[in-house]
Formats: sequence, structure tokens, C-alpha cells
Amino acid sequence: MFSSLMMNTWIAGSIVAVIAGMVGFFAVLRGQTFAAHAIPNGAFAGAAGASLLGINVLWGLAVFSIAGALGIGALGSERQGRKSRNDVVTALGLVLMLGLGALFVSVSSQYAEETYALLFGEVFGISQGEILPILGLGILSAVAIGVAFRPLMLTSALPEVAEARGVSTRRMDIYFLIVMALATSMTVPVVGALLMFSLMIGPPAAARSVTARPGVALALSVVIALATVWISIALSYRTNWPLGFFVGVAGAVFYLLGLGVRALGTRLPGVSRPYPAR
Amino acid sequence: MHYLFEPGLFGSGPVRTALLVGAVVAITSGVIGVFTVIRGQSFAGHALADVSLTGGSGAFLIGFNQFWGFLIAGIVAAGLMEGIGVQRRRGRDVATGVVLGAGLGAAALFLYLATQQTSTTGASFTVLFGSIFVISPDTVPALIAAGVVALVVVAVLTRVLLLTSISPDLARARGVHVRTVGIIYLAALAVSVSLTAVAIGAVLSTALLIGPSATALRITRSPGWAMAASALTGIAATWLGIVLAYDSYYWPPYGHGWPVSFFVVALVLVGYLLTYVKRPRRLAPRSPHEGAECSPA
Repeated sequence: MFSSLMMNTWIAGSIVAVIAGMVGFFAVLRGQTFAAHAIPNGAFAGAAGASLLGINVLWGLAVFSIAGALGIGALGSERQGRKSRNDVVTALGLVLMLGLGALFVSVSSQYAEETYALLFGEVFGISQGEILPILGLGILSAVAIGVAFRPLMLTSALPEVAEARGVSTRRMDIYFLIVMALATSMTVPVVGALLMFSLMIGPPAAARSVTARPGVALALSVVIALATVWISIALSYRTNWPLGFFVGVAGAVFYLLGLGVRALGTRLPGVSRPYPAR
Repeated sequence: MHYLFEPGLFGSGPVRTALLVGAVVAITSGVIGVFTVIRGQSFAGHALADVSLTGGSGAFLIGFNQFWGFLIAGIVAAGLMEGIGVQRRRGRDVATGVVLGAGLGAAALFLYLATQQTSTTGASFTVLFGSIFVISPDTVPALIAAGVVALVVVAVLTRVLLLTSISPDLARARGVHVRTVGIIYLAALAVSVSLTAVAIGAVLSTALLIGPSATALRITRSPGWAMAASALTGIAATWLGIVLAYDSYYWPPYGHGWPVSFFVVALVLVGYLLTYVKRPRRLAPRSPHEGAECSPA
């Protein structure tokens, strides 16, 4: 399980988990769950298109996920009380990109294996050369989040206060969507377009249900994401079943555990409830 | 005419089945989609579709009719989401997301096992992106019946549904069981989504659910007209998509048609974008509740 061939998998999986835990924390906090689902799916179309044209898949992923992020951000940016339109635009952007993906996949000759790997992840057989771009993009997204940590927190938690302080919610929205797109383009080849989403939502949701402090929740979210990925890789190695299955189920299990802990916590005296009134 | 309608188009059995199924699917999802958009549940609609994928791939694995797989998984997922979802919008999105993630994981497993077992490589593509041309005529009555049931349920509940969508508090004050209505509505949504999943694929069914209704809500004033316009837009997109896919057999790469789903999605999106060209007289009937929710109290 820890042979030199598998080492790349462990490294790539860990990088992906750290980034997904960080980016996902803000996605959950900002209520951009749907975008977190839509952007990786759009990236799938990019990867399919790139492999059709015979260029590096990473380029296709980056171009499509950033284009998707900008499209969702520009058309559906949340104005007062327009959440439903935001959702509509996200949904339509998502299906357009999936439709394009279907077209690319069906036009190119070798589809079945490729589609499956792109949608559900192919963690085994990651080469040394693939680690570097993953690491690079990972550091880039981590730095992007670190630099904008305070405005991101502020616009997520208290949008009105942020506006009053001169932080543009809309601009932060688009900034965050682009960070998500960067994170997506590095993670899709590893965990797959459909399951990147469970890695971004499950751990932060679990973390947030047990603690109210943003710093702790962020750290916990990264830890849970790492645990999810490590357990999944190990089980996937043992059973030969797809990685995505374990990632999806582990995400849900951690979330339910989080809910259980919270339910116990609220009943115990002296334990403060998450998100006390400010 | 021959440039658009290839000779032999309407003589072919699969095409006629496809046109019929396409119409049923478009009407059902068009009407139900209007409520989905008004209620702001686009994400729930999409998640139901993706989770029904679990059922579809499971049914494929055990060699069962996929439609029933889609349907059962969709209805179970609807119950789960309503069960663990809280009333707040963000909590609901997270609950939706977690169910969705687990469902997709299971779908991944089923598809993997199916490809291991049967070595039919196109399986994941069919289940994910649909194949309206290969629907067996035996399934058609079941599809129509399911569509009619969903439509009747929604028609009976129209007033209550609109009320709970626009102002849950008012509905509650009037003695409406908002939660029960929500569950019934999600079940109808699950039926409509599984119909669409058979036609244009589970992951793309959101296109027919959201696209035509969002378009219709932008150009009409009342929910009734919106439902009619939405159904018509959906039918137009589906039929045109089928015709274009049939024609695309003669486009490059030659001898290999483009997927119907792609055309349907693209046409639906073009329809939606067209509503931006001319400024609508009045935007869709926004719920007053929604504005109130976001403005500082």
C-alpha cells in the first residue's frame, strides 16, 4: 500500500484534501454549495475537450472551470434577494458545460474509460510529473485564500457590514469562485468531477456543526478532509472499488457524526451552542 | 425542408418514440419546473437528478428497467433531503449537498461494478447522459402514466403549492401543512426528474427542469401562463434537439451522431439567453417573501 508507486497517490490525495477542506469551508460558509457542485462539473467538459484536441488535460480543466466561475459570477451574482435567479443561472451553466462534455466525449473515439475516470476519479497511477502542477495550483489557491482571509470571512458572515466597510461582496464572490475554479482544476483529475464536490462539502459541514469558531472549524475541516481521503485511498486500494464511492460515503458519515456530536453537545449543560447570538 | 428534416425521419420507429417521450418529459418537467424556480429549489432539483443516478446505475447493474431505478432512488432521496434538511436556506443546501455526495459515490460504485460484470463499456455514458433513441416501446406507457400522475398531483395542489412557495408563514397561518406539501412536491419533482433522466440523462435533466421554466417566468406574468409557456418551450427544445441529433449523423465526424442531450441543453440555454435580449416588461413574479427575507428587517 505504501510502495513507491502509491506514494504519488498519497501525496496527491493529501494536497487535494487540504485544498478541498479550505476552499470547501468558505463554500459552505458562503452558501455557495451549488457553485461548488457546478464548477467541477464544468471542468469535466474542459477535460473531455482537451483530450479530444489532444492537449494537456490540465489546460482544459483550468480554462473551463475559470470560464464557468466567471460566467456564474457575472450573470448570477447575488443581488438583494435574487438567490433563486443565482441558482437558475448556476444550474443552466452547469448543464451547458455537462452537455458540452457529453458532446466532446461522444465525438472523441475513446470514451468509456476516459469519462468514467474524469467523473469518478482515478487516483491510482498518478505520475511524478502530475504531482508538480497539482502542488503548484494547490499552493496558489492556499495563498489566494490566505491573502483574502479576512475579507472572505467578513463578506461570508456579515455581508452588510462588509459593504459598509467598502468591501465589495460581489467582487469577493467572483474572487472566491475563481479560487474554487483553480482548486477544481487540480483536484478533478484525482477525485473526479462528481466527487470533488463531496470532498468540498462533507468535511466543512461536519466541522461547522461541531465548532463555532472559524479558525478551529477551518482547521477541523482540513483534518476531516484528510481523514476522508486517506481512508478512501486505503479502502479503494484494498477493495479495488472506485475512490469516489468511499469519498462520497465518508463525507456523509462525517457529516452525520458531526450532527450527532452537536445534538449531544447542545444537551450537555455548559457547552455553548454553535453560532451563539452575537 | 430536406435540409432540416432528413428523409425518413418520421418513418423511423425510435424517432417517433423519442418524439412522444420527449413531449411527455418536456410537459411534466416544464410545469413542475415553474414551482422549482419559484421556490428557489434549483439545487434540490439537480441533486434529485444526480441521486436518481444511483438508482439508475443500480438498476443497470442488476439488469432491471432503469426508469424504475431512477424513480425509486429519486423518491427516497426526496424524503431524505426533507428529513435532514432544516428550514433555513443555507442548511438546506448543505443537507442537499451531503445526500448528493453520498448518492454520487454509490452511483460510481454501481457503474464500476456494472462495467466489471458486463463489460459493456458504454454503460456509464448511457446512464449519465441518456439515450432517447433506444427507449424500448414497452417502457413508454409507464413513462406516460408517471408523467400524468405527477401532473395531476401538481394540478390538484397548485394553489396550495403557490401559497407555500411564496409565503410559507401565511400558508401556515391558514392551516396548511407546509412540510407535507413540501414532501409531496419533492416526490412529484422526483418523478419528473426520473422521466427526464431516461430521456436526456440524469446529470442533464436539470436543463429541462430549470431552463424552460426560468425562460417562461421571465416573459410571462402569471404562474398559469408560465406553466404553459414553459411546457411549450420544453417541447420545442426537445423536438428540435431530436431532429438536429438525427441530422447530425451527416455532420463531422461522419457516421456518428451527436448526442441529443447536447442539443436539448444548448437550445434550452439559447432560449433563456434570448429573454435577456429584449428587456422584459416586468420580471418574473418575484415572491414578496423573498425580498423581505434579505432586506434588513
